[in-house]
Amino acid sequence: MASETAGRPRRKNPLLRTRQPTLPPGSRSRVALGLTAAAARGRLELQVCRGCGAVQYPPREACVSCLSHRLVWQPQDGCGVLTTETVLRSAQELFFRERVPWRVGMVRLDAGANVIAFVHKSVARAPCRVRVEAALDRAGQAVLIAVPENGRTQLSDDPKLREMTCDPRHRKILVTDGKGQLGQAVAKALAAAGADLIWIGRAEPWKKTAGFEALRELPQAAIVPLDVTDGDSVRELAGEIGAKVDILVNTAECHRTFSPASRRGVETAQLEMDVNYFGLLRLAQEFAPALKARAADGETGAVAWVNLLSIFALSNYLPHGTYAASKAAALSLSQALRAELRPAGVRVINLFPGPIDDEWDQLVMPPKISPAAVASAVVEALKGSVEDVYPGDVAQDWLARNLDNPKALERELGEPTR
Amino acid sequence: MKKQDRRAADGKLGAILSDLLASGGVRLVDLTQTLSPDFPTITLPPELGQCRPVRIEEISRYDERGPAWYWNNVSFGEHAGTHFDAPVHWISGRDRPDNCVDTLPIAHFIAPACVIDCSAQASADADFLLTVEHLAAWEKRHGRIPAGSWVLMRTDWSKRTDPVAYQNLDETGQHTPGPDPDCVRFLVDQRNVLGFGTETIGTDAGQAAHFAPPYPCHYYMHGAGKYGLQCLCNLDRLPPTGSLIVAAPLKIRAGSGSPLRVFAIVPAHATAASAK
Repeated sequence: MASETAGRPRRKNPLLRTRQPTLPPGSRSRVALGLTAAAARGRLELQVCRGCGAVQYPPREACVSCLSHRLVWQPQDGCGVLTTETVLRSAQELFFRERVPWRVGMVRLDAGANVIAFVHKSVARAPCRVRVEAALDRAGQAVLIAVPENGRTQLSDDPKLREMTCDPRHRKILVTDGKGQLGQAVAKALAAAGADLIWIGRAEPWKKTAGFEALRELPQAAIVPLDVTDGDSVRELAGEIGAKVDILVNTAECHRTFSPASRRGVETAQLEMDVNYFGLLRLAQEFAPALKARAADGETGAVAWVNLLSIFALSNYLPHGTYAASKAAALSLSQALRAELRPAGVRVINLFPGPIDDEWDQLVMPPKISPAAVASAVVEALKGSVEDVYPGDVAQDWLARNLDNPKALERELGEPTR
Repeated sequence: MKKQDRRAADGKLGAILSDLLASGGVRLVDLTQTLSPDFPTITLPPELGQCRPVRIEEISRYDERGPAWYWNNVSFGEHAGTHFDAPVHWISGRDRPDNCVDTLPIAHFIAPACVIDCSAQASADADFLLTVEHLAAWEKRHGRIPAGSWVLMRTDWSKRTDPVAYQNLDETGQHTPGPDPDCVRFLVDQRNVLGFGTETIGTDAGQAAHFAPPYPCHYYMHGAGKYGLQCLCNLDRLPPTGSLIVAAPLKIRAGSGSPLRVFAIVPAHATAASAK
């Protein structure tokens, strides 16, 4: 199936039919989705019994040791012993049928549970020490993967498991806006990560912004006209390059700093909505069908759609109230887009950075995340196997507070700033 | 406008029209840019309110949304594309009578034009300013600018089809030609014109924010109940005098301006300025 990742994938034979995507089995019970919820954030979590302390797998409604229903999901380090392994050579499921042979093993976790895991090719033959990670497969569901216990192993180092990532290496990527600092940082980071071609959108070319011209020095960069507030502009570009885009990174955003009562009229809020929400909708209408159609188009088929949202999408931040609302709308739409792209195996990744060290967050107190750090998080997310990324300390803090008590966070963020 | 003034204006218009027809026929020249998302709108600092650019969203096109018909929803600010400025647009004109597009006198929709060719100067200097001396030279050649006429500043700026060159922005703002403050005062006080028209994105020069007063063409023209036309094109196809301008803005309630179709009725035998 997949060749070695080090080499450049061969060009597609245009006489061959573009294959349709197949997906690994995607149905999970509600309780099993706990594994997926953690994997979507890049974590391995297992059920731990509050009654007897047992760690169990697979997820169940009750504890297998003491029948208690007081089970909580807790992070695990995943360390254990690969006790036995086998290689699947035939399969009924279409997805695996197309991909056998496939290495599978059983790991006895130090925490106590036995788990079935895919085995990374860099793992020695059983028995040996391993670490189990959770990853999202192309169906968007959590799977467990055994990797060498020490060192940092990339999923994409294993050609079979590379499919669970959206590695930007050798890919063709559209960055929807390169005029802002964030888009510029993302384009540069993707170039450094080995992207083949990066289309960089530019709206309103007559308004020059700092740093934009420097993008032309990236050998992979191609500046294209794109204004996400103009349906014709989006349609035109999708017609030209839609069937080539492997990854779309939506960096277009409008950020103003008004609370609902600090600005008369809705003109500014409409502009925020037009870029942040309707812009995403226009992009989805024009580019999503093309991405879906190319989800199984060889080793560099369409794989991912990345949205630069904001931690403000989770809970409104009064000084940036209308902006936060537009990001919340975009978050909601991205969930619909994710559900729409999931059957094709195209992953929607959302980033929720905290305040960025840029013009519009001028009056927000540090710590602020740099555009370059957000861009690194984009690349890391693509190289990994996650759906939701909260880069930076502020985002992590808000996330934790939101998970703990959303009402409390709402109240805290609604306090007038000091 | 008083009733007798209106009758006088109507009479004058009739005389011009009959002259035009007697002159051996007329031709029409479209002075309007196409309303399109690609046409740039005025730029202001981003924290200020913005003029919405032209957007055209399809409602249906012989498809499941409407099987036998094609139509669009369009949106734009009052000052997008080729557009008309009413006196109420500027703070100096806010208390003028009949100062909105829905109340301005209908007799003003058709008026004679004086076209001042500044194309050579604008080509040499993007910040070229039209002065009273230029007006005097023009009048010496073509006669006195009649009261109630449009003064149109031809710069051939509309031929800059690249929006970047059309906007001509740098770190110090926009660089486009326009009238200087004395020129505007002269046209208002000494010639009692109907309004001032340009091919650029405003009736004022690109650097007019630094003039005294800022934006003199807006300030004086609208303060005196005069109008503005901007983003015009094809001014090079008009004779210096003798054509009639038809400029009727949309009847927007208390509107400060509107995109509109502007065209000129030109004597068939008249030589266009560019042919000279």
